Amino acid sequence: MSEPEPDSEARRIAGAARDRIRFEEEALGLADQVYRVARRLVGSREEAEDLVQDTYARAFRSWRSYTPGTNMRAWLLRILTNLNIDRGRRIQRSPDLQPLEETDYYLANRVAESRGEQALEQERVVEGLSQDSIVNALSSLPHNFRDVVVLVDIGEFSYADAAQILDVPIGTVMSRLHRGRRQLKQRLAEEATA
Amino acid sequence: MSGIGDCEKCEELLQGFLDRELTAAEHELAELHLNGCDYCRRRYTFEASLRRYVRLTAAERMPPGLMAKLVQLRGTDAQPSS
Repeated sequence: MSEPEPDSEARRIAGAARDRIRFEEEALGLADQVYRVARRLVGSREEAEDLVQDTYARAFRSWRSYTPGTNMRAWLLRILTNLNIDRGRRIQRSPDLQPLEETDYYLANRVAESRGEQALEQERVVEGLSQDSIVNALSSLPHNFRDVVVLVDIGEFSYADAAQILDVPIGTVMSRLHRGRRQLKQRLAEEATA
Repeated sequence: MSGIGDCEKCEELLQGFLDRELTAAEHELAELHLNGCDYCRRRYTFEASLRRYVRLTAAERMPPGLMAKLVQLRGTDAQPSS
């Protein structure tokens, strides 16, 4: 009757425990950054706390599916955004069906400049905005745009990482990002001149 | 040198330039234009400071107590009871 050598089995278990602890510590070290993104994806602090807790519970349960050495922050955010969708978030109509956007500020400024008016007045306008205005403008974006703007502008993820997190093509990330940022600026300008 | 055609191209590349997502060739093209065009450089400065401003003001710290809750979640699946 053969048995596994007690020593090698014990070593294996100890090794797995070490891997797990290392994983958990690395994951917890990222909690602040994960929360920062979560907070801008949902409506309230309470929701963000719940979402982050659920994310970490799932992450700890499925720690073996994380490949060591890869981007753990992106891995955690992937769990988080999937959970956020699972929570029965209202499905947005495809952004392509949104009404035609206003003229790009660039063009508006060009025109204004040619008429001798002040270009880039947006600068002063935006700098005067409060945190509330920024936060409100972000939360008013359609979900599809907001997810990308938050991941790239708040989470500082690359286009490729954002594409992986959201499971969309990189071209979609770029397009939603560009349009999301444009809408954000429009909302900020509205807030500032209200 | 910085005719409106170049400015349009620069504007196209501006987002990617700010995000550091352009190819080396595109990055160089944009940088070259920005060095020589006051209008586009002001556009760039505005976009960069807006980006920075949004990032800083929209960032929130974890509420106190959340970390403790997360730590509690460690090892929630069955472990040999000691």
